[in-house]
Amino acid sequence: MTALDLKLMRDLKRLWAQVLAIALVIGGGVSTVVLAVGSHHSLDETRIAYYERYGFADVFAQVRRAPNDLIHQIEEIPGVAMVEPRVAQLALLDIPDFREPATGQFISLPEKRQQVLNRLYMRSGRQPDPASEHEVVVNESFAKAHGFALGSHFAAILNGRKRDLTIVGTAMSPEFIYAVGPGDIMPDNRRYGIVWMGERALAGAYNLKNGFSNVAVKLLPNASEDEVIRRLDDLLEPYGGRAAYGRKDQTSHAWLNHELDMLNNMSRTLPPIFLLVAAFLVNLTLGRLVALEREQIGLLKAIGYTNRAVAGHYLKFVLIIAAIGIAFGSLAGTGLGSYVTQLFGDFFRFPFLVFSRDVSTYFIGAGLSLLAAAIGAGRALRDVVTLPPAVAMQPPSPPRFSHFLPTSWSFNRIVRQPTVMMLRNIARHPARTAFTLLGISMATGILVVSLFTRDTMENLIDVTYFLADRQDATMSFAERRSANVVYQVEQLPGVLAVEPSRDVPIRIRHGSVERRILLSGKTKGSDLSRIIDVNLHPVVLPEDGLAISSMLAQILGVRIGDQVEVDLLEGQRRTVTLPVAVTVEDYFGIRAMMDAGALARLMRESPAANSVHVSVDRSLLDTFYEKIKAMPMVSGLALQRVSLMNFREAVALLITTMATIYAGLAAIIAFGVVYNSARISLSESARDLASLRVLGFTRAEVLRILLLELAFLTLLAQPPGWAFGYGLAWVMKTRLAGELMRVRLVVEHFTYALSSVIVIGAALFSALVVRKRVYALDLVSVLKTRD
Amino acid sequence: MSETIFSARGLTKVYVSGEVEVRALAGLDLDISNGEMIVLLGPSGSGKSTLLNIMGGLDHATSGTFFFKDRDLTRLDDEALTFYRRDHVGFVFQFYNLLPSLTAFENVALVTEISKQPMRPDEALAMVGLKDRMHHFPAQLSGGEQQRVAIARAIAKRPEVLLCDEPTGALDSKTGIKVIEALLSVNEQLGTTTVIITHNAAIQSVADRVMHFADGRISNIQKNASRQKASEVTW
Repeated sequence: MTALDLKLMRDLKRLWAQVLAIALVIGGGVSTVVLAVGSHHSLDETRIAYYERYGFADVFAQVRRAPNDLIHQIEEIPGVAMVEPRVAQLALLDIPDFREPATGQFISLPEKRQQVLNRLYMRSGRQPDPASEHEVVVNESFAKAHGFALGSHFAAILNGRKRDLTIVGTAMSPEFIYAVGPGDIMPDNRRYGIVWMGERALAGAYNLKNGFSNVAVKLLPNASEDEVIRRLDDLLEPYGGRAAYGRKDQTSHAWLNHELDMLNNMSRTLPPIFLLVAAFLVNLTLGRLVALEREQIGLLKAIGYTNRAVAGHYLKFVLIIAAIGIAFGSLAGTGLGSYVTQLFGDFFRFPFLVFSRDVSTYFIGAGLSLLAAAIGAGRALRDVVTLPPAVAMQPPSPPRFSHFLPTSWSFNRIVRQPTVMMLRNIARHPARTAFTLLGISMATGILVVSLFTRDTMENLIDVTYFLADRQDATMSFAERRSANVVYQVEQLPGVLAVEPSRDVPIRIRHGSVERRILLSGKTKGSDLSRIIDVNLHPVVLPEDGLAISSMLAQILGVRIGDQVEVDLLEGQRRTVTLPVAVTVEDYFGIRAMMDAGALARLMRESPAANSVHVSVDRSLLDTFYEKIKAMPMVSGLALQRVSLMNFREAVALLITTMATIYAGLAAIIAFGVVYNSARISLSESARDLASLRVLGFTRAEVLRILLLELAFLTLLAQPPGWAFGYGLAWVMKTRLAGELMRVRLVVEHFTYALSSVIVIGAALFSALVVRKRVYALDLVSVLKTRD
Repeated sequence: MSETIFSARGLTKVYVSGEVEVRALAGLDLDISNGEMIVLLGPSGSGKSTLLNIMGGLDHATSGTFFFKDRDLTRLDDEALTFYRRDHVGFVFQFYNLLPSLTAFENVALVTEISKQPMRPDEALAMVGLKDRMHHFPAQLSGGEQQRVAIARAIAKRPEVLLCDEPTGALDSKTGIKVIEALLSVNEQLGTTTVIITHNAAIQSVADRVMHFADGRISNIQKNASRQKASEVTW
């Protein structure tokens, strides 16, 4: 090992605390990249593998009753590879010791052939005996939520008749990764289950022998999905077909997609910010660190080392620090990435997880960090190396300070000398001051962007559950009902108010942009389920015209007053043109609403309802539930309170975990910045501080002088940090906005305060560490060397 | 007299610092022979340090010529000056300038690793009487010992020229003498041309010539008829 390399190793050892702090900052940046990109890749690959291995279909359609003969015609549609006809019905469940009515999605399992699409991944037990009328397989999450074991019983009302069912197996399916019940936003495994039953038994219950009520289709590669859907619709229409749809409108797939998109967006938004901030800080810190070595650099040059050799030496120094940081970051990122993958994997109930170890992720993180470190050192080296050695070996000439106020002003009477020193110091190094300010405010900013999701979610809950949808429950019907159903529901025990809702699937179009959504008819004066406009005011629907989600308006590129084309996908399928009357502030899905009377006229039907929103007297809930469980016409009951609870749980799990991880990394970065600033300031001013001690200043006074500047800068950096954080939050919010879910940007004062508290806490901690150094300052040795 | 190793003609160095122009060397003429031991004397700001820096290739002259043998140092670029320093010059500074993170041995090795025909680091340290302290870090050595390490580092490459700036300035008399002994023995044993800036009268008495500086020029040259031996030196 050459003497220079020995120096390198010893320098690294001597500066270990700073080396560690810088490495942590780099590590923080690298780990966010590895974490975010890694977990997204892993989940994406898991999904691809799951879909592939278990034959997830491409197109789905629900029909009232289609004869089996139709299957051949479906198979002959160009582009169709495989067809899986089945009986699929929603039915109310009656589960022992469970008071709320639950909903079961019943799906038939073929008897004479193998399932070709949406195949089951059996977790326990076996498939039902085709001859049995009672045996079922349920999805694992549902079984777990109720503590069901093989052999457990529950009842269901199938086509008006209560039937006792026995669980003989638990399974998972690519079709129900994200299982959301009718009228719900979030999965609720207690109140929504998937129930697979033998074809003979289920078809028998619904009078569908030799027929099917649902079909899943796998497409050939390169097939046109739109074309297949159009032809499938044509085939199914005479049999009461509801418009077919592709994967992107399939609930489970769409939600999964949304969550993965969110992760992907996070991996594209936060890590670059982290990495950039880390790079910037490292650049700043290493620059100052190398500048401190000025005299040694001068000496090395004096005894004959070339500029290149000197530069190489210091480059090695910073690259080793960067490498340590990269090692930290890769390890932490891999660990956290696996944790997040596991977390999401559990949430989605994947049967297995594919952990992606994409090497390029590590290279991106590592490359950027190395580059940042090298540039930081390079900047400082250029300044030092260009000095003639004779000059470099002397301490830099005393910096030229200046009065910032006319000398005649008795400034000193107002402010004490230490404050004057600090202010002069700040004025003397405007660039350094600016960079330090920027660094600290960036730390505050990334904390704000890590923490703001909570505020945004609270706003979402407020608007969704307390401003817009204020009903206690939404009751969905198996079949469309006359609007008179309202009077029937009003008679149920405990019901205080009822509002009908008529939902019609439509395609809404403006220019070449088209979306398949539900159009809901709302009665005049709806008070439970209200329409909230973008200013968060409830609005009354006009006689004609649509109220559409503001997100949908944005997608279609329409404003209030513009006309949109609407294909009605039920009844007499007509295409009509309607004006947009209101844009709605909502956060889940995209939808359209209009006056119920106008919708009935448009559909050329008498007023009807697919569901009703009800408000229920809480003290009578149990009897209300009992009655519902005995109503064959009800296919599902969504409960707002439970939905909110589930939402909070899911949000807490996913978003809060991510926010916590990112906030933790941000705190580490904040500490790294402040600590390094303090340490380098100490090195830069060690002589001055020692002189002050010789003059009779106490240690505490000296420490105060050293830290005053840092404290001042830390506080000064907070307001720009908040602004920076708000800007980043806006970028995040904009990038995360999707058709399934989006948020309004809300950052509470508390979040700003918390971010600042963390940064100031990091600063205080650095101050404590530096205090030990100042107290250990060796006066003699500092003053003995150099003039 | 042997051949001339340094020869300056009209050497000028002007420092510009802010609005002030400082004429550190004002057209200096000088000749130094190979193997000579020279002491530069003068008040602070008289130009001796500047001359030493230019002599050692640490700084550029503003005008004039300065020959090392047949090479005009004023015409060399940075790179060439680096190699000039590496191959021909050894430095000793007032404040030692040892690398604190390297031991005595390693500080010497720092130079021997990049020299053409160096002595072994332990050999160099033995010449200054520090063989038994060679694995100590600078912080574990006294001032005099640190300075002798600096001398060992300077001579380990067998330089033709040894340039010293106040080598005993930070030392007491006892340790100072040891440093002088080391410098003398190098000059005698290796025949190294040695140029020393010092106010130390003891060193002046062991030099061949003492050059007095004033206002950026040599005002007077005093030749010692006979050089004292190191053992005769009194502080």
